[in-house]
Amino acid sequence: MTTANNAKQREPSEIELLLPWYAAGTLDQDEMRRVEAALASDPELASRYEWVRAEFAQETAIGDAAGEPSPGDAQTLFAKIDALPARRHGQSANLSARIAEFLLSLSPRTLGWSAAAAALVILLQAGLLAGFVFQATNQGGYQTASAPTTAPGEGSYVLIRFQPQVSVADITNFLKTNKLSIVGGPAGGQLYKVRVASTKLAKADLARIVASLSLQNDKVIAFIAMTD
Amino acid sequence: MQTTSDEILIAKIAKGDRLAMEALFARYRIPVFRFLQRMLRNEATAEDLNSDVFLNVWRQAGTFEGRSAVSTWIFAIARFKALNALQRRPTEELDEQKADTIADEADDPEVALAKKDKAAVLRQCLLKLSAEHREIVNLVYYQHKSVQDVAEIVGIPEATVKTRMFYARKKLSELLTEQGIERGWP
Repeated sequence: MTTANNAKQREPSEIELLLPWYAAGTLDQDEMRRVEAALASDPELASRYEWVRAEFAQETAIGDAAGEPSPGDAQTLFAKIDALPARRHGQSANLSARIAEFLLSLSPRTLGWSAAAAALVILLQAGLLAGFVFQATNQGGYQTASAPTTAPGEGSYVLIRFQPQVSVADITNFLKTNKLSIVGGPAGGQLYKVRVASTKLAKADLARIVASLSLQNDKVIAFIAMTD
Repeated sequence: MQTTSDEILIAKIAKGDRLAMEALFARYRIPVFRFLQRMLRNEATAEDLNSDVFLNVWRQAGTFEGRSAVSTWIFAIARFKALNALQRRPTEELDEQKADTIADEADDPEVALAKKDKAAVLRQCLLKLSAEHREIVNLVYYQHKSVQDVAEIVGIPEATVKTRMFYARKKLSELLTEQGIERGWP
């Protein structure tokens, strides 16, 4: 293998990973001191840092060249705000707008995490679950073989949108395997409220369950997030 | 402190205070617009989405819990809207972008001249990065977001933020190599 290839495939050091933030001045004091010490003692790292500074300068040039929004943008915004009550209470809000509103109410981390799934929302049709919906909404909560129906408000819950291509049998199996039960929905965007525990779990524990369900069931779940 | 001021503004916005909204908008309209434009490479769409971002801030201010900085929250909203817009972008627009990229690589006199200028080549290569890489490069270098801030905005762990930035820079190295500049790393 050539030296160049070795250079391309090597793992970066922790200090090298921090160089972009050092250039931008966004490291804390301790990290900044560590980077400065490393740069002072490692000429090769210092030479790499020159490239980071060049990247920083050029990205700054690109950003500055983007200019500014037009002077009337505030009027545009407040016209939209003024139009808001009618739009919010009207019946014409489309599906994607309602889903977007829901997603944007999530915390930034949850929001970011779910962005890919959110993009799918725009494209997906959820007619497959129509029968399922009927069952859920007309019985006041879908009941699996393993978990009895519980009134919403007790326990711990998540919102789930199922993959559009997944069968009802697969969903039933998924719910049974994970001891989950649908207690509500579908809301906008075919989001179902699903009970994951009969008691109120700590947020961190619920987050772990969400992460685990998401990782292990990506063929069934298109979107999942914590909810009250 | 600006962070405190932002939080106060958000609290007022949650109560329907338009002056507070104007102040917050004045503070962030340009950085958010530039972030959107960097992501979308389209000024009109960026401006359109910019007001949508702040419309969401107006509507959702009451749900802001202060677990992250206000600016982090605003950029997370902007990123979400930019990604949605990229998903919806018509094929023709994507093709146009692709054509632009191809044109950038053409060896016409202007580009040949640019090749002599390392800074100009670097700038061209930064413009060719994927949306995922553009986003992190802009947040770190231009928006001056910390590792933690980027993690919050993008919704990934801090360790992933660092490695994603590294891979963005690695891709940049590859693009530079294609333009005849070999820096050998990352």
